[in-house]
Amino acid sequence: MDEKDVSRTEQDSKGGFEPRIMAFVCNWCTYAGADLAGTSRMEYKENVRIVKLPCTGRIDPLFIIKAFENGADGVLVSGCHPGDCHYTTGNYHARRRWIAFRSLMEFVGIDLRRLHFSWVSASEALKWVDLINNVTDEVRKLGPFAEYKGLKQGW
Amino acid sequence: MARIGVFICQCGNNIESTVDTKSVSEEMEKVPGVVFSCNYKFMCSSPGQEMLKEAIKKHKLDGVVVSACSPHMHEKTFRKACESAGLNPYRCEIANIREQCSWVHHDKTKKTGTVKSNDLTRMTIERLKRNRPLKKINIPVNKRALVIGGGIAGIQAALDIAEGGREVILVEKEPSIGGNMARLSETFPTMDCSQCILTPKMVEAELHERIKIYTYSEVEGLDGYIGNFTVRIRKKAKYVDEELCTGCGECIEKCPFKASSEFELGLNKRKVIYTPFPQAVPNIPVIDAPNCTMIQKGKCGVCAKVCGPKAIDFEQTDEIVEEKVGAVVVATGYELMPNERFGEYGYGRIKDVINGLQFERLASSSGPTGGEIRRPSDGKVPESVVFIQCVGSRDEAKGVSYCSKICCMYTAKHTMLYKHKVHEGQAYVFYMDIRAGGKRYEEFTRRAIEDEGAVYLRGRVSRVYERGGKVVVQGADTLSASQVEIEADMVVLATAIVSRTGADTLAQRLGIGYDRYRFYNEYHPKLRPVETVNAGIYLAGACVGPMDIPESVSMGSAAASKVLALFSADEMAREPIVAGVDKTRCNACWDCLVACPYSAIEKEEVKNRQGETVRWNARVNEGVCQGCGVCVAACRSKVIDLAGYTDEQVYAAISAF
Repeated sequence: MDEKDVSRTEQDSKGGFEPRIMAFVCNWCTYAGADLAGTSRMEYKENVRIVKLPCTGRIDPLFIIKAFENGADGVLVSGCHPGDCHYTTGNYHARRRWIAFRSLMEFVGIDLRRLHFSWVSASEALKWVDLINNVTDEVRKLGPFAEYKGLKQGW
Repeated sequence: MARIGVFICQCGNNIESTVDTKSVSEEMEKVPGVVFSCNYKFMCSSPGQEMLKEAIKKHKLDGVVVSACSPHMHEKTFRKACESAGLNPYRCEIANIREQCSWVHHDKTKKTGTVKSNDLTRMTIERLKRNRPLKKINIPVNKRALVIGGGIAGIQAALDIAEGGREVILVEKEPSIGGNMARLSETFPTMDCSQCILTPKMVEAELHERIKIYTYSEVEGLDGYIGNFTVRIRKKAKYVDEELCTGCGECIEKCPFKASSEFELGLNKRKVIYTPFPQAVPNIPVIDAPNCTMIQKGKCGVCAKVCGPKAIDFEQTDEIVEEKVGAVVVATGYELMPNERFGEYGYGRIKDVINGLQFERLASSSGPTGGEIRRPSDGKVPESVVFIQCVGSRDEAKGVSYCSKICCMYTAKHTMLYKHKVHEGQAYVFYMDIRAGGKRYEEFTRRAIEDEGAVYLRGRVSRVYERGGKVVVQGADTLSASQVEIEADMVVLATAIVSRTGADTLAQRLGIGYDRYRFYNEYHPKLRPVETVNAGIYLAGACVGPMDIPESVSMGSAAASKVLALFSADEMAREPIVAGVDKTRCNACWDCLVACPYSAIEKEEVKNRQGETVRWNARVNEGVCQGCGVCVAACRSKVIDLAGYTDEQVYAAISAF
């Protein structure tokens, strides 16, 4: 954590804040959509790091907290469109959890603009590119997620 | 300490052009647990794979990370290579630095790509450190199949599976197999007689040594999973002993009571002890209990008196039988939309307004009129017949937005059958569009219009009413922009094809999906059209959606080939990405059981030595589990984990971020 904080300060002092985005995606739709963006040689912001899971239904809300704790400035969750889930209903579970979790996050004091949820299918490479670019821009405007450290100390 | 090897692929220039693989390799050497790291031009090539294998042996590696293309591309290749070098294949992970790094970040200075590749590889290494060696799961396969529905699709599937050398249980709801196809007079576009091509197949199924037919029976429940299902079948009481009955038909002849015939769709009456049609398979009658005075009031018993082999048994009750099978083919077929829903076309009020299947019976030589077209009200030969297409289909107001697909074709066939039997007669067809996609289909409809003199009117019918013994049809002809009024003797409605009543109940019993019309869902509508989400259960015929005979037969054969492929090995190997429960900590809240889309979670009883139940816990059925991980996230006490995607692995990857 310390090393990261040092590099973060260096980065910020140079004036160019580059947000770190963690993306939790499902194996069947969004991961394949991101692959398609690659095979189509599209270009998008490099700020995202992907964690592949079988299904968005596998995502434990604690993963998101953990991502923030490890220095993410923004978190993205993306899976198959409603009705297209490889596991028939996994994404519905993810959606329900997401709704409950967002209110909790808001209650804790986390800016909801740092949290994004999307459906990206295996054919929507362009949507993936736009999504990453938009999320990166939005989080960049918000600046580094410094409040999280404050929150952590408060606990 | 882990002994991990890291292999950075240049993919020719695909990765190397924006990622400095040498620097990534050097960086990775610093990660604790990494004992070997290198970069190479093409890791997936044979020399690349050889290098990987040698490194595993030389450096005694216990884990491998390949930073290369998407795991969807070469994960299998590298895992196989590891396996052949003696390493558990699930101790190999791929970091995707091509599709999700070098190809999408075009920074030629290589700075961006290198930084991101470092991160991605590091995250994968941390994840890999927590990878447990996994073994493919072997499931024994019971090589018997269940086919639900004895229509043409089910018969075809049963015959193909039986010919492939496997036993088949065929369950049919009605007293005879044959389904809707048995009702048809001729079939489009070849105009061959339906029964002539169907009944030999029915007999073949009956006589086949590997096919066991349960007629007048329904599936009550299904337990188990692919390769190991147990099915409960309710054999409804026939009141006739199948072993003793010779099918002589004496009882049917002597039975003094009649009831409306289901097979003839109410156009005729049958006896209370009956077979649905003369070529029924099996040729064993059943007693229609609600209409039988002997069963209801204890009076009559004529059938029992005349039965030579003493096969009549009024005391018979429903029986539940259990069968063990390894695969299931669902082929329950279709129904027509109930007639009562078409009040505007006079259905139910006007006797001479009938539906397409009823017309088939009128045209059939084994039908109530012996194949002469005679209208139901007074038996007169109709001088003109109006056919109305899209009745209910493509009509949101009737709740059916889809096209019933076969009506354009069978209506064209009906006009021809009518013309062939009533030479002076005139057929009119009201249609919305003519959809005749299929081999020789378009030519067939053209023949009806051009050679056989049917008048096709493009437009809808607004009203149908009776006037002086005629049925008057008022409608629009949109091509000539005029109102049309036709005085016809009979009206035939091409009513919508809908799913079977109770299709949803059966789907729930089987654990398969269905759409808003209760047609069954394929696993994938294009690429896996005969499979369902419940592995080992396959689909065939019109239970999936409206389809014609050739399609139903193809689907029956396709489902059979899937079943035979499954049965080709004694055991089925599958990916070990399944959930598992820490039973000592499970508090049996059953949140996982509710969340699981596959009903893979079971309640397990824990007993003490005295055999008393001490507690309950959840258990994952590995045969059913598909590895989505929904239960893992749902578990409050965190005692379920998903092999290959454990909490530990995910948190390790996040921490390396």
